[in-house]
Amino acid sequence: MSALVKLEDVSKRYDDAIALYPTSLSVESGKTTMLIGPSGCGKSTLLRLIIRLIEPDSGSIELNSKPVTPDNINALRRRIGYVIQEGGLFPHLTARANVLLMARHIGESEEETHNRLLELCELTRFSQNLLPRYPVELSGGQRQRVSLMRALMLSPELLLLDEPLGALDPLVRVSLQKDLKEIFTSLGQTVLFVTHDLAEAIYFADQIVLMNESRIIQKGTITDLRERPADPFVSEFINAQRGIASV
Amino acid sequence: MNRISKAGKERFARGNQETRKPKQFRSFLVSWIPDCLLTFSCVPVFLIHTVSAADVLIGSKKFTESYVLGEIAKRTLSDAGIPAEHRQGIGGTIILWEALRGGQIDAYPEYAGTIATEILKSDSNLSLDEIRYSLEKLGVGMTAPLGFNNTYALVMRRSEGQRLGIRTISDLQRYPELKFGLTHEFLERQDGWQPLRQRYALPQQNIIGIDHALGYSALANGSIDVKDAYSTDAKIEENDLVVLEDDLHFFPKYQAVFLFRSSTRADAIAALRRLEGTLDETRMIRLNAEAERTKNYAKGANLYFDVGAAPRTSGHSAPFPLGDSFPRKLVRWTLRHLQLAGFSLLLSIIVGIPLGIVASRGGAFGHVILGFAGVVQTIPSLALLALLVPLPFFGISVRTAIAALFLYGLLPIVRNTATGLQDIPRSLRESAVALGLSPIARLWKIYLPIASRSILSGIKTSAVINIGTATLAALIGAGGLGEPIISGLNLNDDVTILEGAIPAAVLALLVQWCFDFLDRVLIPKGLRL
Repeated sequence: MSALVKLEDVSKRYDDAIALYPTSLSVESGKTTMLIGPSGCGKSTLLRLIIRLIEPDSGSIELNSKPVTPDNINALRRRIGYVIQEGGLFPHLTARANVLLMARHIGESEEETHNRLLELCELTRFSQNLLPRYPVELSGGQRQRVSLMRALMLSPELLLLDEPLGALDPLVRVSLQKDLKEIFTSLGQTVLFVTHDLAEAIYFADQIVLMNESRIIQKGTITDLRERPADPFVSEFINAQRGIASV
Repeated sequence: MNRISKAGKERFARGNQETRKPKQFRSFLVSWIPDCLLTFSCVPVFLIHTVSAADVLIGSKKFTESYVLGEIAKRTLSDAGIPAEHRQGIGGTIILWEALRGGQIDAYPEYAGTIATEILKSDSNLSLDEIRYSLEKLGVGMTAPLGFNNTYALVMRRSEGQRLGIRTISDLQRYPELKFGLTHEFLERQDGWQPLRQRYALPQQNIIGIDHALGYSALANGSIDVKDAYSTDAKIEENDLVVLEDDLHFFPKYQAVFLFRSSTRADAIAALRRLEGTLDETRMIRLNAEAERTKNYAKGANLYFDVGAAPRTSGHSAPFPLGDSFPRKLVRWTLRHLQLAGFSLLLSIIVGIPLGIVASRGGAFGHVILGFAGVVQTIPSLALLALLVPLPFFGISVRTAIAALFLYGLLPIVRNTATGLQDIPRSLRESAVALGLSPIARLWKIYLPIASRSILSGIKTSAVINIGTATLAALIGAGGLGEPIISGLNLNDDVTILEGAIPAAVLALLVQWCFDFLDRVLIPKGLRL
């Protein structure tokens, strides 16, 4: 197993608040790694550090064994797909224009991008008829599918998902979860997926990374977490989620 | 300020001398701004059409009497077979003097007292010979007095004067309850209100500053009892006012003369000299009154020749244009207005959007930009014009008007661009970054389009402000729809005011509609759903 992304002692602080203690993490190629934890535990920070929306204070991040630096990050970003909870679709562009934005920007041929777009529509089960629509004319689930298409357009090596399903109603959420899992499998996609929902983490995970208070508490499978909790918090977190589920 | 209101490019401005003002006692600041305002009087023709076929160029100041004298000089020269042109209402004393010395004009009517105090910076008691001698050294000649003395005076309603038995300024001492409405200029001048009050020991406390033309209305309806005026002011006769005798001889003498460049052709100088001693006060008042009554100063000038010298050629076509028809004037004003507002708006956009982009990033520089644009906005438009006028490159010109409008239009555009950009949700900014778009591409393809509604509304605000503020451009002779407005204010003529005010309002509405349409074209559809 090769690590596509490798974080070594990466840390971040804002004035007095620690956003992330020195943290190391490997994201295995072709696998789905689920980052889970309560709100404010630093999981989104970790994601944003990888795509360099924020600069780390210390430590190093490698993509494909090459260090990520401010100089090469823009090129590297094109090999990373990033989807956030709000979708991040540009309101002034149609669904099609949102998806094709980067491909057009770097001058890929129209035909090639068009074919890729049709492929993605099929993959994400997004109706082509909706492509001329603007984001406000789409439902939440449709928007996230477009957002996913945009992230996948340039066939990224790494897909970063920051609670992409967090704002969707349960039915849409379930159907998208199924579709996403299929997509990841069919593409052999390397995914780093942030969620606060344990069930979702279990559903997708090859590896679960549990975070709390700006540090990683435990990495492993759900079985590892259940049976060999590294910290009382692990059991507490798992039981809390189970408690709600059983109500 | 009295000057402000009369500085429009009106051809029928009331008789009013604006520039005899020794004012050394004033503090620098107090004197400086009025000085700038003083220069607010110029017509665009002076700056734009500086090439002329005429041999002799006559200038005039921006008030009826000067216009009329300019016309008289022009016709006198023309009658003598000398091609002459009259550049009307170029500005105030300093502008005319500089134009004369700079060779832009060859002659203009002036007042001896003004020459002594304003031009020679001496005291107003210089004798005519002393003045002539000093001017000669500067390459400027002076005719002998034309005959009348146009000095300051205090006036009141004839009926009131008779009722109270007031004939002289000293008589005013007995009536401390009288209300005075004085022009701002008179209140400030060294030969104005303060020393006058001291000399005559005037007890009145109820003194207000009021525009010269409005002061006549106020006097007529009894809001004030006494005001300052000029001894040849046509309004004195028109409103049945009485000039109070200056029994202590406080006011200096202001005899009218023509100044000319010594290098002017001799026959032209000779022709001007023929005007010497031909205009007494009564006659000048009549010419002024005729010019104001007919709202055509050329007619006032014609009267000089009709009554004075017998017309040498009968039935000759009137050498004085009676002015364009209203539609043509309206088109000219409107085009110029659009030119002023449009060009300045364009500059505001070109400069404002980049500044707004920089300001949107915050930081010290951003604050400086927003602060500067905000401060500019708080300067009253008139003061902004006044501040620009003394700067090199600007002066009395269309440039200055455009520069002032440009500065005014800046803030809405800068601020709306900055807030429009700052209001873009973080998720969208980060999405643009995460996609790997270059900073320039982010700006062009994402940020600016998303902020377009805000930016356009800033531009719309600027446009409407500019349409309104551009009416003030007429104060520095830049023309536009402010011309009839300011003329109307000076003439106290509502119809003339409306001739400018209504088109300006219509224009503002049209601009508003235009931008509502532009919104639909320029704001991406996805943002309008």
